[in-house]
Amino acid sequence: MSATTRLALFLPALTLFSLLSTAVLAQNLPPYMSVTDARLRNQDNDSWLLYRGSYDSHGYSALDQIDTDNVANLKPVWSFSTGLREGHQAPPIVNNGYMYVSTPQNHVLALNAVTGDLLWRYVRYLPDDLQQFHPTNRGVALYGDLAYLATVDAFLVALDALTGEVVWEVAVEDYYNGYYMTMAPLIVEGVVMVGVSGGELGIRGFVAAFDAETGEELWKTYTIPAPGEPGSESWPEDTWKTGGVPVWITGSYDPDLNLTYWGTGNGGPWMGDTRPGDNLYSTSVIALDPKTGALKNHHQYHWNDSWDWDEVSAPLLIDYERKGKTVKGLVHPGRNGYLWFLERSAEQIKFVDANPYVYQDVFTSIDAITGRPEYDMTKKPGTGYEASFCPSLWGGKDWPPAAFDPNSRLLFIPANENVCSTMVGEEIEYSPGRAYMGRGTSDDGGFFVRDGADHIGELQAWNVDTGERAWTTTFESHNWGPILATAGDLVFMGGTNDRKFRAFDSTSGKVLWEYPTNSGVIGVPVTFTADGKQYVAVQSGWGVDAQREQNLINMTRGSDTYVPQGGVVWVFALP
Amino acid sequence: MSATPKTSKALTRRSFLQTGMVTGFVLPSTVLGQPPNRARPKAGDWLVFDGGEKSGERITPALLELDQRPVAALAKEPETETLRDGSRLNRVMVTKLDLARLDNATGDLTADGVIAYSAVCTHTGCDVTNWDPDNLFMACPCHESKFDVYNNAKVVGGPAPRPLALLPLRLDGDAIVIADIFQGRVGFTQQF
Repeated sequence: MSATTRLALFLPALTLFSLLSTAVLAQNLPPYMSVTDARLRNQDNDSWLLYRGSYDSHGYSALDQIDTDNVANLKPVWSFSTGLREGHQAPPIVNNGYMYVSTPQNHVLALNAVTGDLLWRYVRYLPDDLQQFHPTNRGVALYGDLAYLATVDAFLVALDALTGEVVWEVAVEDYYNGYYMTMAPLIVEGVVMVGVSGGELGIRGFVAAFDAETGEELWKTYTIPAPGEPGSESWPEDTWKTGGVPVWITGSYDPDLNLTYWGTGNGGPWMGDTRPGDNLYSTSVIALDPKTGALKNHHQYHWNDSWDWDEVSAPLLIDYERKGKTVKGLVHPGRNGYLWFLERSAEQIKFVDANPYVYQDVFTSIDAITGRPEYDMTKKPGTGYEASFCPSLWGGKDWPPAAFDPNSRLLFIPANENVCSTMVGEEIEYSPGRAYMGRGTSDDGGFFVRDGADHIGELQAWNVDTGERAWTTTFESHNWGPILATAGDLVFMGGTNDRKFRAFDSTSGKVLWEYPTNSGVIGVPVTFTADGKQYVAVQSGWGVDAQREQNLINMTRGSDTYVPQGGVVWVFALP
Repeated sequence: MSATPKTSKALTRRSFLQTGMVTGFVLPSTVLGQPPNRARPKAGDWLVFDGGEKSGERITPALLELDQRPVAALAKEPETETLRDGSRLNRVMVTKLDLARLDNATGDLTADGVIAYSAVCTHTGCDVTNWDPDNLFMACPCHESKFDVYNNAKVVGGPAPRPLALLPLRLDGDAIVIADIFQGRVGFTQQF
């Protein structure tokens, strides 16, 4: 390489550094703190580095400056409009004063976490022929000095965390064939893992891993086994090629077992009779080795799904008491309406117990040993067979994450009660990238509220050691609110159609504080500190299935509830 | 704010596919030229069934029944018989309407009542494949947007901001050909 060439390469980098220094100094920000494996493993209360704050997916912070006594004084300290519509579901990811917020249409905003001033903005120009079943994004991941974004056109993008410049990007799959991504990546020891959406578009789901530094693909593990692989007998003929089973929520990670745990989605088409069999590993939890992608073990919550009950929420890693012993557990409030307690080990995922947390009229029994449910087949829709069932296709809880307070031993579930669906299947032909659901039209619009219901949304608290419900707070509105729990004996959640973001007493469920935001709050709340002061941050921006369910509630009840759209990042603190 | 915000722009999946690169710089599609199967339908193209038992067969009014669920269709360039299936934005849904219920301007854009609307929803780009037979509305399976086929695909429900684009048709003997380019913008509009 000639000296001229070297200089030409060096100058842009020099200019970049100069701009960067100016930007950071002007913002009064500390030097950027690289995100290490140690920081990811040991939750740093000053920052919020992972989708759920910690690898165990507790959605919990030990911060307690804001507590039950003073939360009524909580005030907004800054807000920032994203300029975008649709579902703002991502947690603001915070690293020592630097905040990273992803939005629908795959923008990333880097903000000063204390002032809300913009450091940079990444704008992705999406293809004109893209279709977005779920126009949202659920967050970035941080590692080293980079920020990682999984995009709706199925790319994984690595951004310089200080400048927003693209360091590398790779195509994970072809969006044209129905693959897209909405989840925040999970990073373990330099391995960036992402799953794909497209369970309504005839994909074959997978989790794939990429080198954090180079973007090189390291492994790809399909959620549907190919012929000859274990579990392939549960898929007839060629159904495995287009059987769906997406993975669209960030997994949990157990460093001791060195296993990642992922929830998987529905089989496709939606009607189970189009793919007779259990359809492994649909509607399951799967354990993957983060280094190799090897599928070590699994548990299927329910077989041959016909209800669109994706079980994509990753289980919370909770060690709980049963019969006088401590169980290293996996806990999952299922979309199928049951609260699942499992046991995790290197060898297996073992069923412990499961009980409904909302009204559920499909399961007639659950095998005490295996956890396999039996069905009331009159409640299972099929091709040309219409059936009504509860909970609705959005389940007792959809994707909004539950949270766990290790001190009170309470698990908090954002639930929807009293809503049900009617579905009938129709024959459908596969065509790449086209809707592949096979759902026909039902007379009642496919959705109804149970007779006599006085509410839909619920915030539930369950003691994980007794398996009993501690309290329930109800809302007339449906509830799409992700949950944050804190050591201040508080639970933060939005999720209702009245634009409110609320703080609840975690011991009683009583509302202690609420604030009307610009839109409905379906973003994941987080908390962090800066200069020793605690802040709570969340995005408000209604859209996607919360909006869709509102439309159906309006049709069912003859109401005209309107929830404004448009995203805003909100940050709250005590005066 | 004293610092200048920086905005970076991304490359698209299709750009990558065109150059076969995994990372780095790409040429714009205009430099590479557009394959005929990706070009939008134009006047003189045939209209053929897209999927089903008659897939690839030219559509005639006699093959469709009045006020029935729209069927998927594509344009086909007659000289080279190139099917314009290289872009989702070329997909249309076709149904046969009662000319007496259409205004003259709209009726003139049909082939003896056969009307073609873009299959791509103006909300977030999903295929509008569902059908409300009671009201004769096309419906999007993603977010419940509904479009009145007798009223220029006017939005009658859901979050779609605009009607579906209409693809003018005319008769060529017994069969149907495209009469003009899409009337209206096809697909969703990028925000921001």
